[in-house]
Amino acid sequence: RVSSDGKPPKFQPPPKPVIIDRRTQKEEMRFLSPEFIPPRGRTAPLKYYIERKDMIQRRKVFNIPEFYVGDVLAVTTANPYASDKSSRFVGICIQRGGKGLGATFVLRNVIEDQGVEICYELYSPRIQAIEVLKLEKRLDENLMYLRDALPEYSTFDVNMKPVPRMDHEEIPVNKVQVRMKPKPWSKRWERPKYNIKGIKFELPEHKMQAAQKWSQPWLEFDMLREYDTSKIEEKIRKEVSEELEK
Amino acid sequence: SITGACRAIQKLTRVRVVDNSALGNTPYHRPPKCIHVYNKTGVGKVGDKILLAIKGEKKKALIVGHKMPGPNMTPRFDSNNVVLIEDSGNPIGTRIKTPIPYTLRRREGEFSKILAIARNFV
Repeated sequence: RVSSDGKPPKFQPPPKPVIIDRRTQKEEMRFLSPEFIPPRGRTAPLKYYIERKDMIQRRKVFNIPEFYVGDVLAVTTANPYASDKSSRFVGICIQRGGKGLGATFVLRNVIEDQGVEICYELYSPRIQAIEVLKLEKRLDENLMYLRDALPEYSTFDVNMKPVPRMDHEEIPVNKVQVRMKPKPWSKRWERPKYNIKGIKFELPEHKMQAAQKWSQPWLEFDMLREYDTSKIEEKIRKEVSEELEK
Repeated sequence: SITGACRAIQKLTRVRVVDNSALGNTPYHRPPKCIHVYNKTGVGKVGDKILLAIKGEKKKALIVGHKMPGPNMTPRFDSNNVVLIEDSGNPIGTRIKTPIPYTLRRREGEFSKILAIARNFV
């Protein structure tokens, strides 16, 4: 730089580099399982508080990993009728339902050309282990359309090895567009009420436009249906992380 | 199957025979249909015996899986599966490739021969 004097400018040391360690930052934004968030209603919060205490108690004894709809899990349950008294099932999680202790998740797999789905209860004492073999998200929250998709999209090897994953990486989103069997399907997935983004619709244009007849564009602006969970989530997340650390 | 409704097996449901018997696997122009359920209610669940009409004959069969969702932790199959059986309870086929639910093991006495020919359990 040109100074007013003509003498060389005063030495300014270069600015110190700011090191942002992403690993420590990500630990604060921990995943909160969706069954902790109470549903929208007029029930007393005390009921949900007591349920949460029981859920945390179970989580201290048994580790329930973080998983999403669309990832592959292997669940070992205690079964009095199985050899070795325990049975293992591997499948893709297509739905997570229920709140509180009755939270469930449905795993789907195709074994010997037969599609099998099992609905497991997360907090059931019969479950002995839950392993996440492949952690990933999909474009939709509900993958029930896999029942009407070609079986190759629901087949997963029973002896597949867990896919290694670093702790601080973002959860990958699998943007696969699933191809469907010919219609009729169990539900009319092309209708806007299901809002499915993960299907490659090979239907003619006029059918897709006819399906838009059932769209309800006013629903997203309906104020009586609003349920903002951000503040409730923050409180519950703090509560849960404090209790789990004890 | 053509219809998508999720119900258990009752009269006139089309079923899928899963063992390797000749009667169940030879093609015929009509699918095997249930004509009677041996139950107080007419609705058949896993482990119930039914009467099937296959290839113009009547045959008894045992339900080993249906499309209707059952109690939690039990499997739900994508087709209504059935194993052909004699009146005495002996299976006609010699092998069952499709997975069978573990809940059938509870009645080991009646179904021991069918469980013996089953390969995979779910």
